Amino acid sequence: MSEILDPEKREKRKGRGFSRRGFMQGIGVTGAVAPALLPEQAQAQTPPGVMGPGPVAITLNINGKPMKATVEPRETLLDTLRNQLDITGAKRVCDRGTCGACSVLVNGKVSYACSILAIDAQGKQITTIEGFAMSGGKPHAVVQAFVNNDAQQCGYCTPGFVVASKAFLDHNPNPTYEQVKDGLGGNLCRCGTYVGVRKAVLEAAKMMKGGSNA
Amino acid sequence: MPNYSWPPMASRKVMGQRLSRTDGIEKASGRAKYNSDLNKPGMLHAVLLTSPYAHAKVKSIDTSAAEKHTGVAAVRVIAPAGTEIQWAGWEVAVVAANTELAARDAVKKIKIEYDMLPHVVVENDLKKVKTRAKPAGEQLEGDPDQAFKEADVTLEGNYGIPTLTHCCLEPHGQVIGWGADGKVEFNPSTQSVTSIRGDLARLLNIPATDIHVHQDHIGGGFGSKFQPDRWGIEAAQLSKAAGGKPVKLFLDRATELMIAGCRPSGFLNVKLGAKKDGTLTAWQSESWASGGIGGGGSPPIPYVFTKVPNRRQNHTAVSLNTAPIRAWRAPNHQQASYLTCAPLEDLAAKLKMDPLELFLKNANLTQREDTYVRQLKKAAELSDWKKLWHPRGDSGKGPIKRGLGIGVNTWGGAGHDSTARTTIHPDGTVEVELGSQDLGTGTRTIIAQVAAETLGLRVPDIRVKIGDTNYPPSGTSGGSTTVGGVTSSTRKATVNALDKLLAEVAGGLGAPADQLEAVDGKIQVKGNAAKSLTWKAACQKLGVKTVSETGSNVPREAAKEGLNTGGVGGVQIADVSVDVETGVVKMNKLVAVQDIGLVVNPKTAESQVFGACIMSICGALMEERIMDELTGRMLNADMEFYKLAGIKDIGEIVVHFEIDELNDKRGVIGLGEPPAIGGIAAISNAVANAIGTRVPTVPMTPMNVLDTLSGRKS
Ligand code: FES
Ligand code: FES
Repeated sequence: MSEILDPEKREKRKGRGFSRRGFMQGIGVTGAVAPALLPEQAQAQTPPGVMGPGPVAITLNINGKPMKATVEPRETLLDTLRNQLDITGAKRVCDRGTCGACSVLVNGKVSYACSILAIDAQGKQITTIEGFAMSGGKPHAVVQAFVNNDAQQCGYCTPGFVVASKAFLDHNPNPTYEQVKDGLGGNLCRCGTYVGVRKAVLEAAKMMKGGSNA
Repeated sequence: MPNYSWPPMASRKVMGQRLSRTDGIEKASGRAKYNSDLNKPGMLHAVLLTSPYAHAKVKSIDTSAAEKHTGVAAVRVIAPAGTEIQWAGWEVAVVAANTELAARDAVKKIKIEYDMLPHVVVENDLKKVKTRAKPAGEQLEGDPDQAFKEADVTLEGNYGIPTLTHCCLEPHGQVIGWGADGKVEFNPSTQSVTSIRGDLARLLNIPATDIHVHQDHIGGGFGSKFQPDRWGIEAAQLSKAAGGKPVKLFLDRATELMIAGCRPSGFLNVKLGAKKDGTLTAWQSESWASGGIGGGGSPPIPYVFTKVPNRRQNHTAVSLNTAPIRAWRAPNHQQASYLTCAPLEDLAAKLKMDPLELFLKNANLTQREDTYVRQLKKAAELSDWKKLWHPRGDSGKGPIKRGLGIGVNTWGGAGHDSTARTTIHPDGTVEVELGSQDLGTGTRTIIAQVAAETLGLRVPDIRVKIGDTNYPPSGTSGGSTTVGGVTSSTRKATVNALDKLLAEVAGGLGAPADQLEAVDGKIQVKGNAAKSLTWKAACQKLGVKTVSETGSNVPREAAKEGLNTGGVGGVQIADVSVDVETGVVKMNKLVAVQDIGLVVNPKTAESQVFGACIMSICGALMEERIMDELTGRMLNADMEFYKLAGIKDIGEIVVHFEIDELNDKRGVIGLGEPPAIGGIAAISNAVANAIGTRVPTVPMTPMNVLDTLSGRKS
């Protein structure tokens, strides 16, 4: 573990990111698989930048800013955002990739933050709802459309829906009603706000074409 | 006595408007802080250890290794040796540590030995539950035996509706700190900011005044979040043990689904008697239900058609080793509506009668005949019943069968106890404070609308402060009582405050206070805009004083004042398509016609009905708590297999409110619950109409539908 925390080694890893596969391999080598392998084989399979299993210092690029955190390799991006960085727009609901309440953008693609390890998020552009919902005191078109169409009740699922809707519209600027229903299928709402969400996404598409917050 | 009554419908300027909710941007931008979002300095994270067994005795429990785990600040045993565990998920121990991961690891180090005891967790077959059945005794009305003899037709049927779990997206829990000074800072996810303080005080045995409760937003409750709960008490004790550091304890999803609230099941064997023309003459039923270890769950059947002349009813409560029920958006009513409307439509099918005609024919057996007749006709119109309905089993060729069905509802919804305080400051700022909460219904917004209406101002001019025990007490948000309660108290407090302000400015305007009015941002002599002061100028006359007045809604007296009342009816008609090859039920349309009093905000009111309809679709087609008889555990304590409808599953939803002078005169009536009642019945009836036979249990999953079609019992 001490080797893994060695700052010099960490330095070398900078900028190359870190894959879940690499992490799994790392654990494998130091754990159950190791005794079955000859030392040379083990060495051959060990990627140079293994992290963990103890806490490691990482830097994440969140909403365009580098942010430091010390995480255990098993910690999810969601928990790092919420518990360490106090970025709480993404919610923890199912905690296993079903509901979309934890949606964030990773390199512009909508992703479930509960299903990404924080260490895997290094070197990627993470955008949370805080990163685009308001600019200069003005709400993003999607946010405004959600309000206009009352696409929220308790609001706990709403940030996830707003993130998913923004990503959807970024990739489908002229969606049909049917496409909206497919595009937002990865988010669940218990209060039942889908009628408003459908209208909001269509309205936001129009607003964005009109140049407002595009 | 001041005149508190609502301004006439036609002259209202802010109430009745389709306004966007005032906290909409805050929530939709992710800036709204729910209590589960709080990170406080030095905060510890707590994790529960729960029983994997449904019925067992704790033989021994050893927490020593957990206590030594790095980062652990406090460990508590909740179920010491000797405790009899009554359901899987029962809280056994709890650990607080500096990170959630450390707490989770430490929990794994707790060693417990159990002595297993026999459990019962499934109740769909009453014969199998044996000693767990507690019959409530027979209810008899008229002479059902004679009535069945004289009936032209009788119908017998069996129906079942399962246990659901609330599945609030924000789990139950809180952040709580119990400092060395004895003061408790309590941030729960709660439907009852005011009363949860007293409840926690009793449980911790400290004065209520030592507890401060604050909650800005709640991520869903649906009837399951009234009490401090075991986890609230334990988190408080952990905080105390850890020297007062705040402790965050929110349930993980599996625990949330297992123990944080469920709706009781309902099963029914029923026999109906009727005349040829569809007039109901007799009802005989054997029903049973479970609400966990305490039994519970007693659907009021026959529902809505309460005046069936001859009735024999036997209900049995079944005690199961499952976590206890909690109030569910219209407790017992969904079950009752389904267990009544389904046999009624089956009776119509047997009579080869249009069920709409049968419901209309028997409307005189309800408490509000005119309402239901009107609503049935309106819902039929909006669902194109005449064109789309067909006799059962007459669904045409091809694998896709379309059908329509009806469900009905009734509810109370009068306002709860509520006190508001309205403060007018010399700079013109207006604050309204209440110890209430906004469940997502738009409570903040309607409070602002009422105050603005009363003061001749606009919504942005009003600062609404809720969710804190420093504000005047307001009731729990349950039973659709909030809107009536808070609008009435706000109206009264604001009228009282305005009267004080008018008294201050009367001299300056050269007219007695009772000749002044607040309209369009001015205080003016009634009907004379020339003799006026702007709102700001009028408030400046207060000098250094503020005007601060309270007003209360007292349920006993509210009917007299006419600000809020209760008692509504509603009708829902579902339109579905069923693929008889795959068993998939697709929603085409759900029409909700709802009786409603004075509508403060049609936009948020509509959202309530949309949500209620969608909840019904979930309950009709996918939701179900599945218990494993062998292990006694819930098999689907997650969101992959405890299914909720997604955006694609809901079809079109059509809401029709009866907004008119007559309904308006009834004052404000709660709306959250009634439209959540009849949808399951309507959808089940629509499926029966489509496929020509009754799927006797909900949810009507593809497997359940296919089993029914192939004559298998599911
Ligand atoms: S919390 Fe991540 S998908 Fe549900
Ligand atoms: S608004 Fe409450 S869960 Fe979606």
